[in-house]
Amino acid sequence: MTAASPIKEHYDLAVVGAGPAGLAAATLAARLGLDTVLFDEQTAPGGQIYRSVTETPAGEPTLLGADYWHGAGLVGPFMESGAQYVPGATIWSISREREIGVSVGGCSRLLTARHIVLATGALERPFPIPGWTLPGVMTCGAAQILLKSSGLVASGKIVLAGTGPLLWLLAAQYLRAGVTIEALLDTTPAGNWAAALPYLPGFLVSSYAAKGLRLVREVKHRVKIVRGVTALAAKGGDRVEEVVYRRGEAGEVRLPVETLLLHQGVAPNVNLANSIGCTHRWDEAQLCFTPVVDEWGMSTVPGIAIAGDGAGIAGAMAAEHRGRLAALDAAHRLGKIDARRRDRDAAPHAAALARAERGRRFLDLLYRPAEAFRVPAGETLVCRCEEVTARQVLEAVALGCQGPNQLKSFLRCGMGPCQGRLCGLTVTELIARARGVPPSEIGYYRLRPPVKPITLAELAALPQTEAAAKAVLRG
Amino acid sequence: MSQPEVIVIGGGIHGCSAALHLARRGVKALVLEKDHAGRHASGVNAGGVRRLGRHPAEIPLSIASMAIWHRIRDLVDDDCGFDRNGQVKVAESEAELALLKARVDEVRALGFTHEELIDQRELREVVPAIADHCVGAIFCREDGAANPYRTTLAFRRAAVRAGATFIEGARVTALKREGRSWRVDTADGTSHAAAAIVNCAGAWADRVAAQLGESAPVIPSAFMLMISDRQPPFITPVVGATARPLSFKQFANGTVLIGGGYQGTLDRDANWTNLDFRGLALSAKTVWDLFPIMRNAGIVRAWAGIEARMPDDIPVIGPSATAEGVFHAFGFSGHGFQLGPISGAITAELATTGRTNLPIEPFHISRFT
Repeated sequence: MTAASPIKEHYDLAVVGAGPAGLAAATLAARLGLDTVLFDEQTAPGGQIYRSVTETPAGEPTLLGADYWHGAGLVGPFMESGAQYVPGATIWSISREREIGVSVGGCSRLLTARHIVLATGALERPFPIPGWTLPGVMTCGAAQILLKSSGLVASGKIVLAGTGPLLWLLAAQYLRAGVTIEALLDTTPAGNWAAALPYLPGFLVSSYAAKGLRLVREVKHRVKIVRGVTALAAKGGDRVEEVVYRRGEAGEVRLPVETLLLHQGVAPNVNLANSIGCTHRWDEAQLCFTPVVDEWGMSTVPGIAIAGDGAGIAGAMAAEHRGRLAALDAAHRLGKIDARRRDRDAAPHAAALARAERGRRFLDLLYRPAEAFRVPAGETLVCRCEEVTARQVLEAVALGCQGPNQLKSFLRCGMGPCQGRLCGLTVTELIARARGVPPSEIGYYRLRPPVKPITLAELAALPQTEAAAKAVLRG
Repeated sequence: MSQPEVIVIGGGIHGCSAALHLARRGVKALVLEKDHAGRHASGVNAGGVRRLGRHPAEIPLSIASMAIWHRIRDLVDDDCGFDRNGQVKVAESEAELALLKARVDEVRALGFTHEELIDQRELREVVPAIADHCVGAIFCREDGAANPYRTTLAFRRAAVRAGATFIEGARVTALKREGRSWRVDTADGTSHAAAAIVNCAGAWADRVAAQLGESAPVIPSAFMLMISDRQPPFITPVVGATARPLSFKQFANGTVLIGGGYQGTLDRDANWTNLDFRGLALSAKTVWDLFPIMRNAGIVRAWAGIEARMPDDIPVIGPSATAEGVFHAFGFSGHGFQLGPISGAITAELATTGRTNLPIEPFHISRFT
């Protein structure tokens, strides 16, 4: 690692994201002789899953769990690999010609790479229920960030609601940290079990099974679990005061709450890949758009590979192996190793990947969130940045709005600073249901750089060329 | 539908306007749009509605169009987000101010009074946030801006209400003369026939012209724009500069649109544009110089629309030079949005009566032969 080195104008390989996929890819690529740089938005390596693994104040080993500490084993080899590490770096643009716009310390520059591996990971799926934007309501992912990076936990009466492994993991971590949880409202649809059951054998032999069951048991004994929740709302004035839920036909139940933590799974963070123009397809099992990649992670755009959860949710262990496969392919394409060597070296990683992916299908189907929690109605906010409600979206559809891109022009929906991260999937499914066509036909926002905001000052200070100055002076 | 009398190729502002004006004349119009209405330049341009700075040949058309803009709701039953807060072109030096004065004198000599020279003091009143070094401007008080996508869709809806038909996702692949009518084939294998054709195909219009054996030296262009995060309200008119390209406008929600003439690259077969951040950096530098208040703003998004430029930067409007019953309106070169309302009126008039009273000779396609 050469943290203090200046950023060069050109690299063989640029890796975006220092989670398991990015760390593994950069480490192996550098070892194979590629001039490699790894850009990461955070100040320390680890990504979301191993966030702050080198410096967390939540240092009691059992609190965050053994899986978390596995991340430290990726950071060490990366630091010694010879890859350049640039923390605190926001990638705001990548062109098809692999020109990269990066902002570090309030200063932006443009550089190029012969090959790029995007390892931008996952985002939490939006959870658009009434009141989800009230202060005091946040995602389990956000709560975990606070725990890992600052050792902080929410205070007061805490309720967790939703579905998916992270919900149970956070509950367990909170309990280990001595936090009392009033209730866990499980929104997993009852029908999911039937759909997932055929995949149970694969799950039982996976590494998830024993760990998952242990987690659920750990939480179940100490927290009131409410299964089969079918409706959920956060209520309050200036901040959340109560959570209101229903189970099927049963009446409303109200729980006083100071912190409501929501989670219903994760989806690939596709903003960069989308803005580059990589082809994506709708994944009906994971209910999200996933970039189209080959066995090495190569996207449909030459020179752009995608590894880890950004290429489809498969978890941290799979991400690591997908990172290594992408690195081997990059080394091959850039002439460092021949195809035979690539294939030979890839074999153990491909086998490990297959093992890591075992049980995933079961989890996807079991924790597939209910439509009621994905497709909001009425005055529930869809786009937080521009404050667009579900009703407004449906009215635009009635006026002839066909898809998310027209919706941007109609309502500015998805045009705020988050660039659709918090509303993209909701908008696609909402329009799909209103028009009676599948989400695959509706498509997703066409995203444009900068995919993360940069300042006018940074942009104005970019190096300028004569070619760029060829403008059409009008009138 | 029964057979249309006129087929309009292209569902941008000019095609939608042509369809509306045809329908109002009682003529059955069919619009064939390869993507969806307003998908390209018409939907994503800077929305400037200006007479300011027009090529002398365009001034009469621009003035006629502005008359329609000022009562746009009467035409399309939607205000199109149109405001008339004026357009300003600032001079950054005495030398530039002399150029602007000469321009105003030239326009006045032609008999037009819409462009007005203002001094530094008045510029400060109109644009309080302008940088100190700016010494004056041309001001067009009744100019303004509108929401381009909303406008294009309003024209589309009004056209449909008046009886026009739209088929979206219909890419025209061939035009053939059959007897006294035109046969138009689309990529999905469908054919349509009509007595007359209006070519409003924008950056793809040369391909339509080529079907007629007519050369149209269209330069497909990707005009880049960017938008800031929300700022406190500080400006109402649209501002441009004299020696460097700029189009600068703040929306009601506080965000600021920054455009100009800087170009990205494009692939018109893939509907794809690439941004050139070195060009956007020049726009950012212009804003840095002219509006110190913007120096801490964030840029949240940039984009480019695909638009047709002509080598002389004025459009092609008028009958085909080679084919009977075909009329062109394309190549607006980055300043066609304001002309949309009148260009549709002109092509509708041409397609039904064969003539127009507006002076369109300078825009005839034969200038490129």
